[in-house]
Amino acid sequence: MGQINLPQDNALMRAELPREGEFRNPSGCAISGMISTSGKRFSGEDIIRSISVMHDRSNGLGGGFAAYGIYPEYKDFYALHIFFDDSAAKHECEAFLERHFDIINLSKIPTRKSPAITDEPLIWRYFVTPLPTKLASSQLDEREFVARCVFRVNTRIKGCYVFSSGKNMGVFKAVGFPEDVGRFYRLEEYEGYAFTAHGRYPTNTPGWWGGAHPFALLDYSVVHNGEISSYDANRRSIEMHGYKCTLQTDTEVIAYIIDYLNRRKGLSMKEICSVIAAPFWQTIAQMPPEERAEAEYLRNAFSSYLITGPFSIIVGFEGGLMALNDRLKLRSMVVAERDDMVYISSEEAAIRVISPELDRLWYPEGGQGVIITVNGGDEKCR
Amino acid sequence: MPINFLCPEYEVVRDYDRCIACRVCERQCANNVHSLIKESGKMFADSSKCVVCHRCVSLCPTRALKIVKSDHSFRQNANWSAKAITEIYKQADSGGVLLSSMGNPEAYPNYFDRLLINASQVTNPSIDPLREPMETSVFLGKKPTELVRDENGRLQNNLAPQLHLNVPVMFSAMSYGSISYNAHESLARAAEALGIYYNTGEGGLHEDFYKYGRNTIVQVASGRFGVHKAFLESGAAIEIKMGQGAKPGIGGHLPGAKIVGDVSRTRMIPEGGDAISPAPHHDIYSIEDLRQLVYSLKEATEYKKPVIVKIAAVHNVSAIASGIARSGADIIAIDGFRGGTGAAPTRIRDNVGIPIELALASVDKRLRDEGIRDEVSLVCAGSIRSSADVVKAVALGADAVYIGTAALLALGCHLCRNCQSGKCNWGIATQDSQLTKRLNPDIGCKRLINLVSAWDHEIKEMMGGMGINSIEALRGNRLMLRGIGMTEKELEILGVRHAGE
Amino acid sequence: MKRVYVNENWCLACHLCEYYCAFANSGGHDMATALKGVKLHPRISVEEKDLVSFAVSCRHCQEPLCVKSCITGALTKTDGLISIDRDKCVGCQTCVLVCPYGAISPAEDGVMQKCELCTKNGCEPRCVQGCPNAAIVYEER
Repeated sequence: MGQINLPQDNALMRAELPREGEFRNPSGCAISGMISTSGKRFSGEDIIRSISVMHDRSNGLGGGFAAYGIYPEYKDFYALHIFFDDSAAKHECEAFLERHFDIINLSKIPTRKSPAITDEPLIWRYFVTPLPTKLASSQLDEREFVARCVFRVNTRIKGCYVFSSGKNMGVFKAVGFPEDVGRFYRLEEYEGYAFTAHGRYPTNTPGWWGGAHPFALLDYSVVHNGEISSYDANRRSIEMHGYKCTLQTDTEVIAYIIDYLNRRKGLSMKEICSVIAAPFWQTIAQMPPEERAEAEYLRNAFSSYLITGPFSIIVGFEGGLMALNDRLKLRSMVVAERDDMVYISSEEAAIRVISPELDRLWYPEGGQGVIITVNGGDEKCR
Repeated sequence: MPINFLCPEYEVVRDYDRCIACRVCERQCANNVHSLIKESGKMFADSSKCVVCHRCVSLCPTRALKIVKSDHSFRQNANWSAKAITEIYKQADSGGVLLSSMGNPEAYPNYFDRLLINASQVTNPSIDPLREPMETSVFLGKKPTELVRDENGRLQNNLAPQLHLNVPVMFSAMSYGSISYNAHESLARAAEALGIYYNTGEGGLHEDFYKYGRNTIVQVASGRFGVHKAFLESGAAIEIKMGQGAKPGIGGHLPGAKIVGDVSRTRMIPEGGDAISPAPHHDIYSIEDLRQLVYSLKEATEYKKPVIVKIAAVHNVSAIASGIARSGADIIAIDGFRGGTGAAPTRIRDNVGIPIELALASVDKRLRDEGIRDEVSLVCAGSIRSSADVVKAVALGADAVYIGTAALLALGCHLCRNCQSGKCNWGIATQDSQLTKRLNPDIGCKRLINLVSAWDHEIKEMMGGMGINSIEALRGNRLMLRGIGMTEKELEILGVRHAGE
Repeated sequence: MKRVYVNENWCLACHLCEYYCAFANSGGHDMATALKGVKLHPRISVEEKDLVSFAVSCRHCQEPLCVKSCITGALTKTDGLISIDRDKCVGCQTCVLVCPYGAISPAEDGVMQKCELCTKNGCEPRCVQGCPNAAIVYEER
């Protein structure tokens, strides 16, 4: 009886409570990330184990992962991961995709039933490439074209949500504890060179899966712990440049800012750190002249993208990770190295559980970004 | 004619038990309210001459004086107020336009007073400005649209000229002529000490004050008084005054009585003649003409100084501001309908223009909707009365604010609103040397510094409470505001939610 | 030594310094009570001609003629401050005659009085505190 009634109760709950995006939902969180600097691919097992150590930092209302290097056989195609509320939404979305993309492959994303994860939407994956004629007539750069299509689906087609859109990477997220989400998506069966994970502690129920983290656009993904006080200033500024903040979450706005500054403005990740967690003016005043001029310039030119309030973030991008704290370091974050592996986490325990022996472990200062790239690759101006 | 006798609205009340007949009230009143009656040795006050400037009250050493609202009244009439009736008597007598000074005093809604500020609880820590850096300095000017790198990939400084303010507060335009030399000196010295700017207004810049040029905004208005090459080059920025909140749509008029000595020389006009600034700039009849003046001034100063365009907040202010943003201006200053003035026709001051809060919110939104908010900085003016108003203005979208009335209050102004008489007892809005000497710039400058420093402290406290440690993260951050007692439409225009939402 | 200085640029001829001086030396607690109906004998006075005015009080001269000329030794100079011993003064008014500033005058009871920088009143000079425009200052120069 109880099992029969359960979906109805949940459906009722959905009807009464607003969905993520319709309200501001402050969250506390756990984050974790790991990357092989030699580009060696490893299983998602470790990231699940790491984030599960921080079980108490989330409350079962959201968990998720970003995995890089997991689709080598489709590395030249955009992997779209999409939630559909129902099959009507799926049909409408697929029609849109067919008009704009060449769909190379599509499938349901494999999942494993679990009592801890309920209410799942339809979850599909499409490997696509823009139709050359459409791309040419849009007069857009390929990545911009894809980004705009993602916004189009997410804002115009009801019941569809593209939550991952990069090449050779994927986001996997759900409402639940992160370790359960990892098992649900069978993450241990994927191999990648970098993973990030997020366990969420929202103050309100998110209402649907789209609100879980990581938040991603193209191959940029962000996991974030904190609540930024600059949110509306950042949102209103980034929305000037064609972004639509539909979720009202900090993570979303941070992801757009990073996409804007890196992909569209050509700032390096290091430069981005000195925009979003800009050094204090008193610190800038003490810098050597050249460095000072650059820091002043970035702070002034991009003043709308300064992020204040507590945050620790791990940004995933093609070929690397970037970890950053707010300038007062109001959230915990630790970084460690062992052989070719670099680990980032809210708590040291979540690193030690994977690698009890470490070559080096440190707590980056507020505003001091840590940028790790595969084989020392260039993360600039992509 | 007896009809013209108006029973004074305010009465001077003297406590004869405390009055020692020291006659300081008599000596300090430029309106000759007080006199000593020789026979009785007692002081007498003629309330009908009193402008309620409180000079006598403030200086009375025995606290024997106060000014009270008279209980004399017309027969009660909810439609014909005493003000409406007496103004008719005045006009029936004079046949003239009624003149007033300072900002619109009427009981229109004040939106700053209907906005409440947020603070952090639990999910996000507040920040203590006594323990952590708290930044209130801002740059005003265009932000670059394209980045330029040298051959080594290093970013090149391609910023347009900027103004740097230690506090997001500047002293708004008040001309030498409308206010005294000592008032100007106080403003200039305070601006320099505070690391902010003061504004010459349309009256040129006295040669003694060129040394404060780095903290001076020089104004070019429709009369072009006092504008010459050295003047333009002396300032840190040039402001084109298209309009003023207190009197949108009309020009200025400084009576010949104030065009004396240095005022005449600084304005470059003959002594004793009225200085009349036309209602429009006669070389700007449209937006494309404005663009020409903006670039003419930039050309004249080798593109080294930002150009500010100041407009009054009128009904279609957002479309106008959007046009200005596309006309090469670096900064737009918007002056709301409560902005002050040295003299304006009463009807215009009290009935023309719109509140700065609504104007600012709609301009900021329009510029963002059009994706050109970074093309200009926004400065708002028109009755910024406290640090809370500054915080609310910045959260609505301003980069900085101008204060005029608040600065004059710091200098001693008691808002008697009789600037047009030229007999300012506090030595501010006058050119009478016996009155101007009442404002000692050593004191004036210190008080202005105190005021702005106090506001800066308060701004930092409020920012810290919100968990914001840099003012740029507050700019346009409307989630930090909630409205109270407003209609849906008002909330929509301000872009804020109602308290409790 | 800190002295009282005046700057005529800022003197408004309001005469408040005289009243504050008289009050300070009256020993009273309330100016209205202390000075009401009383003929003032301030130790500072405002000189005015046309549009110029300034307050004059004892300069505490380096070479004080008053001290040299005092026949009873009532006027003395200690640490730069010239003060008067009321018990020794016989009211001969020699000091009044020799003071080039007119800064000494007889009190109501005929004994000479002069500015002693409020040292006997337990406060900073009251004329300085009472000046509304900082035309009178008390400072080291």
